[in-house]
Amino acid sequence: MHLLLFNIYDQVRSLGWNGAFTLLRDGVVLGSLYSLVALGYTMVYGILKLLNFAHGDVFMVGAFIGFGVLAQLGGPLAPALGLVPLLLVMFAVAMLGSGILGVVIERFAYRPLRNAPRIAPLISALGVVFFLESSVQLITNSTHSEYSTFPVFGPLFTPMFSVAGNPVTVVQVLIVLTAIGLMAALMFLVYRTKLGKAMRATSFDREAASMMGIDTDRVISATFFIGSVLAGAAGVMYGLYLSDTYFFVGFLYGLKAFTAAVVGGIGSIPGAMLGGVLVGVVESFAGGYAGGQWKDIVVFGILILFLLVRPTGLLGSHAIQKV
Amino acid sequence: MSETPGIPAPPEEPSEEQASRIGVDSWVAETERHGRGRGPLWQLARLWEYSPDPVKLLAFVALASTVPFWTNEGDLFVFGLFTLLYAALGLGLNVVVGFAGLLDLGYVAFFGIGAYTYAELSSSQYGIHWPAEATIPIAMAAAALVGVVLGFSARRLLGDYLAIVTLFLGQAFVFFTGVANPTVAGKGLTGGANGIPQLDPLTFFGYQLTSTKQLYFFLLIVVTLLATALYFANQSRTGRAWRALREDPLAAEVMSIPVNRLKILAFVFGAAVAGLCGTIYAAIETAAVSTNFSVSVLIIIYAVVILGGFGSIAGVFVGAIVINCTLEFLEPQNDHPEVKRWLFYGTIVLLIALLKPWFRPVLVLAGTIAFGFVVHAIVAATTAASWTSGVPVSGASWLARWAVIPTGSHGNFNNYLYIGLVVAVVCTASLKGWWRMIALVPTLYLTALVWENMLTQNGGITAFILFGAMLIGLMTVRPQGLLGTARVEIV
Repeated sequence: MHLLLFNIYDQVRSLGWNGAFTLLRDGVVLGSLYSLVALGYTMVYGILKLLNFAHGDVFMVGAFIGFGVLAQLGGPLAPALGLVPLLLVMFAVAMLGSGILGVVIERFAYRPLRNAPRIAPLISALGVVFFLESSVQLITNSTHSEYSTFPVFGPLFTPMFSVAGNPVTVVQVLIVLTAIGLMAALMFLVYRTKLGKAMRATSFDREAASMMGIDTDRVISATFFIGSVLAGAAGVMYGLYLSDTYFFVGFLYGLKAFTAAVVGGIGSIPGAMLGGVLVGVVESFAGGYAGGQWKDIVVFGILILFLLVRPTGLLGSHAIQKV
Repeated sequence: MSETPGIPAPPEEPSEEQASRIGVDSWVAETERHGRGRGPLWQLARLWEYSPDPVKLLAFVALASTVPFWTNEGDLFVFGLFTLLYAALGLGLNVVVGFAGLLDLGYVAFFGIGAYTYAELSSSQYGIHWPAEATIPIAMAAAALVGVVLGFSARRLLGDYLAIVTLFLGQAFVFFTGVANPTVAGKGLTGGANGIPQLDPLTFFGYQLTSTKQLYFFLLIVVTLLATALYFANQSRTGRAWRALREDPLAAEVMSIPVNRLKILAFVFGAAVAGLCGTIYAAIETAAVSTNFSVSVLIIIYAVVILGGFGSIAGVFVGAIVINCTLEFLEPQNDHPEVKRWLFYGTIVLLIALLKPWFRPVLVLAGTIAFGFVVHAIVAATTAASWTSGVPVSGASWLARWAVIPTGSHGNFNNYLYIGLVVAVVCTASLKGWWRMIALVPTLYLTALVWENMLTQNGGITAFILFGAMLIGLMTVRPQGLLGTARVEIV
């Protein structure tokens, strides 16, 4: 163990400030993606008190839909559209597709279990995870789908500006800005619109909300749709950024986004954003300083620690169990 | 539909079956069930239901002990040995999930801890070759110890958080053994992705268990002992307290039941059983590899317990037989390639036959057969010969006249078929009455096409697709599983 700590110290010294900045940059970009996925977890938990394990796989399906659109639009080497319209179409289709997927999942896997014991929807969610993963594995023949081999995306990987000699590429800026934009839109939706009001009311007390004339089933569907749309957008950005997607990516990624949601305080929307960036940065630094093989264990360790010490997360409110 | 904007249409009157059965408890649900049904099958079910559990267990053991005498070595290994192993694993999980109602998603980690403990203590990894009578208790104790630590730390956490902590424990275990692989005494502790190979066979007091038959009988004894122990545990004070805890932890606490201690007890019990199974599994496989303890294995064990029914010991055996045979028949390399086709179509016809009244399944099946011939004729008349010239994998060539099976590559035809099937199933499930029956016809035909064109070639993936769908469907239609007791929420 002390050997490991020694290695970390060496790494910190050899990477220096430049290395630290690179790690921070990668962490923030990765964290923005985690935040987007974490929002879906947190919204569904807030409204249904349900851990939607399948959300990570919605993200994965989003990445594949984006890839599929790309393949349909004239194939890899000669896309029918220019870069910007191509990106817009990819995002639009992937977001819509993921949104519909989320609504279908809710309709068939969770809605029939509204009044079942708590354990039933969790098991149903596990079923959805395996169904989606295996389906995508079957369709893609267990191959990796690579975005980056397409020359059309070349401009995305050119540096936009540099900080003390460390380049920040266009795609990194794009990801962070899109994530911020989507979150701002979400905040507007939740706190400034009628639907958002209905969502907050439903999450506060579903029964009372339905007595006040709110169609809670529709509100829940809408919540799933919005969460899944964000996950779909994150999926496409993930594909663009890491230039690769794989059927198994959803599970691990979903777990980390889930960690983000718990760290931020599950049920809290700003918490999910904060938690996502935090988890991304920690993972990036753990990977850089302790070695790539430790980064996942570090992230999971943080989660377990957080659950034990502060189960309500950073920004979560204390839940008092009412009898 | 109401035309007035802003006022939603009044909800439909719930039917007799869908109406929420508030105030009906499990005892009432049980007696209601007894009143229904006629016929020889029902009589058989009643006989099964009314025979006491020890008789059921004896019947199973008697039947199971004849298996090695009428199967060959290979079949005994994949069907017999692994069914028993899944049964043992299911029994352990049943205590945690079925009796105490804790969602333990790190169960495979305990299974893995057992396997790796055995691997460290009985192999050439560190040159330690302890006999099984020493390693098995140590492995069980190690798994139980981790269970205690986790149980203590998670005891304050409410239901969902326990699921998360355990799920992450499982993930962390796979990463720790497969990727991190810290160096201890000059060697990777867990052998990394390759695992620890060449373990000793199980050796009890100098007597080695090497042949499949010996292992089979050893496992049969273990499973019998486990089931007996569980039977008595379930009848005991502790068992009753577990059930109370499962139904309502808060009420149980008010009744002065020591909730935390019982939770940890259930957790540790499950962990120890999983550790025991891990040692046996490692000895059977003669290796401990981290990928064998991933979530896919977890889902298989859960499928075993859930199919059989939470809290039902007999159900675990039924679940283990069904799930393991499904897995093995779907394996591409198994010796009975034609069996899986009959199992697949047989299961579908059986499910359709459950439709009421009696003429609906007949009409649907007849419609599907006719629909298939029509589609085949149209495709054959309008497209190139390569679209219909394929033959099904492994026999049944007459199927090629009914199902459209192209030869060679036809772009993404298979993928469109599969996506089409998923969409068709979703549509069928959202329709009602006769419309659903009509939609069933093309859905069934699509199912057959997907099966013949894609699934038969991808057995391992198919198994997980089916398990996933089964978990969702079972939770929706019959959450108590095949042999579980119906539970109705009391408000």
